[in-house]
This record gives sequence, structure tokens and C-alpha cells, in this order.
Amino acid sequence: MSDTAVKTPAKKPGFQLPPTLSHIVSDLGKNGIFLALIAVVVLFSITTNGILLRPQNISNLIVQNGYILILAIGMVLVIVAGHIDLSVGSIAAFIGAFSGVLIRDLGFPWWLAIIGALVIGAVVGAWQGFWIAYVGIPAFIVTLAGMLIFRGLALITLGNSNIGSFPEEYRALGNGFISFAGPDAAIDVFTLVVGALAIVGLIVQQVRTRAGRLKYGQSVDPTVWFIAKMAFVAVGVGAFTYALATFKGIPVTLIVLAVLLMIYGIVANRTVFGRHIYAIGGNRRAAELSGVKTRSVDFWLFVNMGILAALAGLVFTARLNLAGPKAGDGFELEAISAAFIGGAAVQGGIGTISGAIIGGLIIGVLNNGMSIMGIGIEWQQAVKGLVLLLAVAFDVYNKRRAGASTSR
Amino acid sequence: MTQNILEMRSITKTFPGVKALSDVTLEVARGEVHAICGENGAGKSTLMKVLSGVYPHGTYDGDIVFENETVEFKDIRDSEAKGIVIIHQELALSPYLSIAENIFLNNEVKNRFGLIDWNKTNLEAKKLLARVGLDEDPVTRILDIGVGKQQLVEIAKALSKEVKLLILDEPTAALNDADSDHLLDLILHLKEQGITSIIISHKLNEIKKIADSVTVIRDGKTIETIRRADVSEDRIIKGMVGRDLENRYPDHTPHIGEEVLRVEGWTAHHPQDVSRVIVDSVDLTVHAGEIVGIAGLMGAGRTEFAMSLFGHSYGSRISGKVYKRGVEIKTRSVDEAIRNGIAYATEDRKMYGLNLIEDIKRNISMASLRKLVRGGLVNDNEEYKVANEYRQSMNIKSPTVLAKTGQLSGGNQQKVVLSKWIYSDPEVLILDEPTRGIDVGAKYEIYTIINRLANEGKAIIVISSELPELLGICDRIYALSEGRITGQMPVSDATPEALLKLMTLEKQR
Repeated sequence: MSDTAVKTPAKKPGFQLPPTLSHIVSDLGKNGIFLALIAVVVLFSITTNGILLRPQNISNLIVQNGYILILAIGMVLVIVAGHIDLSVGSIAAFIGAFSGVLIRDLGFPWWLAIIGALVIGAVVGAWQGFWIAYVGIPAFIVTLAGMLIFRGLALITLGNSNIGSFPEEYRALGNGFISFAGPDAAIDVFTLVVGALAIVGLIVQQVRTRAGRLKYGQSVDPTVWFIAKMAFVAVGVGAFTYALATFKGIPVTLIVLAVLLMIYGIVANRTVFGRHIYAIGGNRRAAELSGVKTRSVDFWLFVNMGILAALAGLVFTARLNLAGPKAGDGFELEAISAAFIGGAAVQGGIGTISGAIIGGLIIGVLNNGMSIMGIGIEWQQAVKGLVLLLAVAFDVYNKRRAGASTSR
Repeated sequence: MTQNILEMRSITKTFPGVKALSDVTLEVARGEVHAICGENGAGKSTLMKVLSGVYPHGTYDGDIVFENETVEFKDIRDSEAKGIVIIHQELALSPYLSIAENIFLNNEVKNRFGLIDWNKTNLEAKKLLARVGLDEDPVTRILDIGVGKQQLVEIAKALSKEVKLLILDEPTAALNDADSDHLLDLILHLKEQGITSIIISHKLNEIKKIADSVTVIRDGKTIETIRRADVSEDRIIKGMVGRDLENRYPDHTPHIGEEVLRVEGWTAHHPQDVSRVIVDSVDLTVHAGEIVGIAGLMGAGRTEFAMSLFGHSYGSRISGKVYKRGVEIKTRSVDEAIRNGIAYATEDRKMYGLNLIEDIKRNISMASLRKLVRGGLVNDNEEYKVANEYRQSMNIKSPTVLAKTGQLSGGNQQKVVLSKWIYSDPEVLILDEPTRGIDVGAKYEIYTIINRLANEGKAIIVISSELPELLGICDRIYALSEGRITGQMPVSDATPEALLKLMTLEKQR
């Protein structure tokens, strides 16, 4: 034993990756959740004999999960700040019902009803934000109360009935498609053009970011890897839009989502407000002592969540063309699961918008794949619960390992 | 059989990178009141944690002999089983439980069915309360009695465990005079009943009053044990501070300019117990280029003063005036204080200073994000550049500014905190324990940075429990005791003895 130890040069551990490769490995490690999504997609395309990836199903995946993804965007920010929101499902139901009343009973035009619904969403959020930020009641309690309050208000608004038959423009929010091809065309050229523009836009943005970082002497991905990633994005987005183009075109829900993703990606990373959310979640007291107005941030965070919950309620109502008493049931749990599966930390301070979206998509693919396979709802529930538990356990395990290695 | 109930022999305790105790010896005679004195961080609490099993056998070197028997405590229960009970400075009582429930917590009085016998519990509690001279109903909740009475409950709890050696860590730090007197009398009373006590205290007059012998600890070493007949404040002080002041401090030639900050009549009350005055009418001035020290013992209100000044971050019913360059300013929120050019680097950087799960870059920009905004968005490239400049100029040892601050050493963490506040471009910089938990080399670097800032014309306030540090880097030093400024002196006139005298000066009542 000791002989070989002497012979082996001390500076050369047995196995060492070239720098580019080790960069790629660490990069993949950081994007583990994305790999998990791909794994889930591959798994279910096999078990469903490819039905999962049929154009119609891909389109459905987006439309069916749109409202959860919208909620997940707001939820991850709430969780990053160290809070939770259990009321979003009830708020979505209440707002859906409210918009129904505006249109059916008060004769509001569809666009005014949507604006009115979003404003009420903001008011609801402000109500909860007030109790959390300024009275200091834990968000868990305030939103648990909110869950009951707004479910109650939804039922009162509906008055023991459903409200249905919304105007077509309103319904488009949930199940509309943008397409300029006739019903008989095999493929929608407009969708392909939008897809191409999206690819170009993404690449231009990435190249510009990279150039900016290089100019400031920051480290960037090795060129080969960067090109590979861009190629992957191009192929992925390309295949996705092709699928959409061969079905009905671009779902309106997808456009809403894309816009939200862009806005909130910027809010989270590039605005003072977003930075303050992370600072508060990381160490509330330190943030306070750095001049962060923690109460005001908490307040606006819940106003924002209220608006997004309202939007999710509108999308859901539009999709079903029905505002009913059971609407939004369990949405909060799916949104919270999405955020945690997407890597948000239970203690706050960590979590990304894109992670939450991917987490939401994982849940969506699980739902969809298992439904196609004919697995009953009872097993679906159990599997989703297990996935959430394992995702968070993995996160906790990782952190403990990191913590142990840094304390010495 | 010796006279000693306790002998701690050659106790050495090391933490990663720091030797907290080195070859410490402590001998406590049966039936005496033994005081342990030392500056903050001298190792008193560590020694008591070794004794009580908080640091279990095997994590330290040396022997503990209790009642002529070598003991190896695995945890605090082991030591309690032998009759050693420690009462910490922060009381360990559950506020919503009754006095009786607290006394018998984890030691419950049970009947033959294994259920708690409440009548007996309360009866026994009543007896114990009588022994400590506390006339309260045992069913009263802890939060409904004052902190002085809570202290007595702790002692009653200790008595219920048949204590032989009672350790009290700064027992009177949070008490008023009447409660303190009562407590000291009680300790003497317990002594008559044969209970040995170890009392850790800063208050030299108290020690003189009750201690039969005093052991002085400094820098993790036993300096001497003084018998009652020889106890004098001067001798204790000399033992506490007498260390060599080699050039552990960089040279500093002050260039003192005009007055930058003037505080008048600054008063703050305890945040919960609003009748208690914590900061009492403090007057203080700092000039451009000047490094002003605030010396005070634990509990003197140093941090409370600084934090109440900095955006009313501590306390209630805050009053007083603040002037910057002769103009009155307000500091009602942290944001307002920062905008008015005040910065405060906290004594507890992990709890209050840093976001440990975030990288160096974002920690440095935290207090000044506004400066990085271009067109409504934070320019993260610029942020990287700024952070990198600080990494170099402050010599933060990390390959990039993308490292998480939780992974840095104490010294480097402190440099990140300082960078954050320097980047906020303050005129007044309050540094609370700037070198706590930092190794000697990094301390020198921090001192150099402080000097550089002073030379750039900043007004600097340094709060420190280490007198040599204040004497080594300050131009002028204020002494604080019980929330009041009890004196100030230019560093040329200051000696540790003179300062300690001011720091232990108590209110005339």
C-alpha cells in the first residue's frame, strides 16, 4: 500500500477532467432540475408509447397547466421571502366567480371584466399583505384564513350556482389559439415564424449577456459548451413550436406565460425589489439592517401574488367556460409543490422563477403521463406526494453536505 | 480528602483555529463562594461549559475532579446528576409554563400511575420558593413575574435537583439594585446551608461583597486565585488586563477635522420592558478623521446605543438629538440613517450582518443597490466590477466574488461587511466589535482598513470589549456603564485601569 502511495505523484489525483468538461459537469449539476424534467418526459414518452409527445398533447400540457405555472411564479417569490400562501386556489375561485358576475349580471365588456378582476386580485393581496407585513401575523395563518374567507366569498358570489357561457374573447385566455392558417392547413406558418423569432431573440439575448460579462472580465461558459447549449435551446424551442404549428397554433395561455416569465425573470434578478426579496429570505434581520424596507417588500409581494392568483383564476374560468364552486381546489398545493420541486428552499432565500416553472412542468407531465397510462387519481396523488418529498429531501441532503464541508 | 469540592486540572479546550482555554486550573473549596473574573472572551464561559458537560468529556484535555472523584460528563444531565447546576445569563425558563412546571421540568413529580401529581408539584414548589425567599403562587406563569424573580425560580429549580455546586453566569447583569442585593444575600444564605457557588461577574463591588476567593482568567489562562483577605479591585483589574501590548496595532497619526456627528441626550428603553432605561442620555461627538472608542462591559448598552441610533433598530421610546455637521438629522429608519451617511457594522455578522447563502457580490451591494440601477434595472456587470474592486482592495481571500459568504472565514466575512458599508459611502461608520472571532493576522488587516478610512476623513466609532484594542486604535475613548457615558479621555491619557474604573462606575442612587 505504502509503496504505491510513494510512487503516485502527489499532485496528480487518479482522474481529472479537462476544464471544459468539468465546467459542463458542474453546469449540469446546477441544472439538475432541468435534467429531471427531461428524464420525466423521456420516461413517460416511453410508457405512453409516444402519446405524451404528440402535438395535441404538448399543446394540452401547456393549456392544462397554465394556471398552475402562473401561480408558481408568484409562489416562488413568496417562498423565497420566507412566507407561504395557502389562499391562491380560493382567490382564483373567487376572482373567477367575480368576473362572471361582472360579465353576466353587470354587463361589463370582457376587457373591463378582466381588468376589474385583476384589480380585485390586487385588493385581496393587499388585504393579506396588510396582516402579514404590518400586523405581523405569520403568512401561514393569514393565508389559511384567506383560503376559507375567499372560498366563502366565491360561494356567496356564485349564489349556489355556476356561471357559464363567457364571451369568446374572454374564453380565449384559457383555450384560445393564435393561428392564421385555415382549419384544413397541415401546418401554421405564423406559429413557425413566432418560434423562429423566439429562438433568434433568445440567442441574441444570451450572446449579449455573454459579451457583457466578458467585457467585465467575468467567467463565462466555454465557447463550445455555449454553442452546444444554444443549439439545444434552438432545437428544443423549434421542435416545440413545430408541434404547436401542426396542432392549432400558439395557445394564448402560452403567450401570457411567456410574457410573465420574461417580466418576472427580470423582476427577480435585475430589480431592487427582486433583490430585496432574496435578501429578506436569506437573512431578514441583516436585510433590515442594510436598509431594506422589509414590511413594504412583504406587502407588495402579497399584492403581486393576489394579482397572479386573479390571473390564474381568469385563465382557469376561461378554459372551463365556467365559474364554479370547486374551481381552484388544491391549486395552492400544486403551486407550492412546483416551487419546492423547482429548488426553492423551505427556509427562504433560495428559488428561481425558471425553477418553479420547470417544477410545475414536472408535475404537469406526471399528471398528464399517468392519466394517459390510465393510472387512477389515487395513485397520481400518491406519486406526486412522493416526488415532492424526494425533491425536497434531495435539496436538504445537498445543503447538509455543503454545510458540513464548509464548517471545517 | 481535600477541602476542595472541585478541582479542574490543566483544562485545555481548542476550537478550530483558536485555543479558548490553555492549561486552566481552578480549585473551589467546599462551602465557599468562588468568583471568576475576566474580560469578555477570556474563557470564563467556556470553562463553565466544560465543567457542566456542555462540551463533553473527550472534547477537551485535562481532568475534572468533583468531590474527590474524577468525573467524565457526557452531557449536562451527567453533571446535574452529580449536583452541578449552571444558571446561564439568558434564563432557560419556558415563559408560558407556571413557576412550578418550570421548576420540575424534566424532573416531574409523579404519582404511582406515572401521571403528574399537581398537588404535590405545587406544594414542593412552594417549599422551594420559600427557600429562595420568593413569595409567589407556584401556578403563576413565568412571563408574569419580573426577571429578578425569574432568576430566583432558576435557583429554586437548581435546589430541586439537590445542587451541591451552583454556577451563576452574570446573575445580576439584567437585575436592578434591589433584586441584585436580594440575589447576593441569597447566595450567602445558600452558602450557610452548605451549597458551594461559582459566580461569574464583571461587577467588582459585588465580588468584593460575597466572594471568598477570586480566580482571574485572561486569554484562556488562569492568572491567579486571590483569597478574600487579599481581594481588591485594583488587583483584579490588573490581573484582567495585564497583557503585553506589542505592536499588534498599526501606527496611526490622526488628522482630525471638523465635527461630523454630535449626539445629544440619546435615550432608549428596553423594547419589551419599556420602563427599563437601557441607553441613558448619551452625549457623544465624533470628528472627521477621528476614531472614537466606546468601552463598556457586557450589558452596558453599547450595541443598544449604536443600534437605536442606526434607524431605531433597537429599543422603544427613543429620544435625543442627532446632528451631522451641525445640522439636525433624523435616523428613524435604517434607510434614513444610511441616506444621512451613517453606517453600522454589527457585532454579530452571521446573525445580523450577512446573507450567508448569498455570494460576496450581492452582500456588498446590499445596502447600496440604488447606486447600481441603470434604467430601472440593477446592472449586474457593474455590481460584479464593484465587488471585485473591493475584493482586491480589502484583500478578501476568495477566488471570485461569486463565493457564498457562508464559506468564508470570520476575517474575510468581516471584510465583506466592511466593504458593504464603505460602498454605501458613509460619513460616520460605527463598527461594533469589528474583530470579534477573527484571528490575529486578520485583526491587523482590519485595523489597517479602519485607519485608512479615518485618513480619508470618515468619522469612526469603534465599540469593543477588548480594552487593548480600543487603546491600540482609537484617538479618544468614551466609557459606558449602565447605559450612561461615565467619562471620556484622549487615548494618550487612557489606561486600562482608568477605563475599567469608569466602566464599572455604578449609578448613585
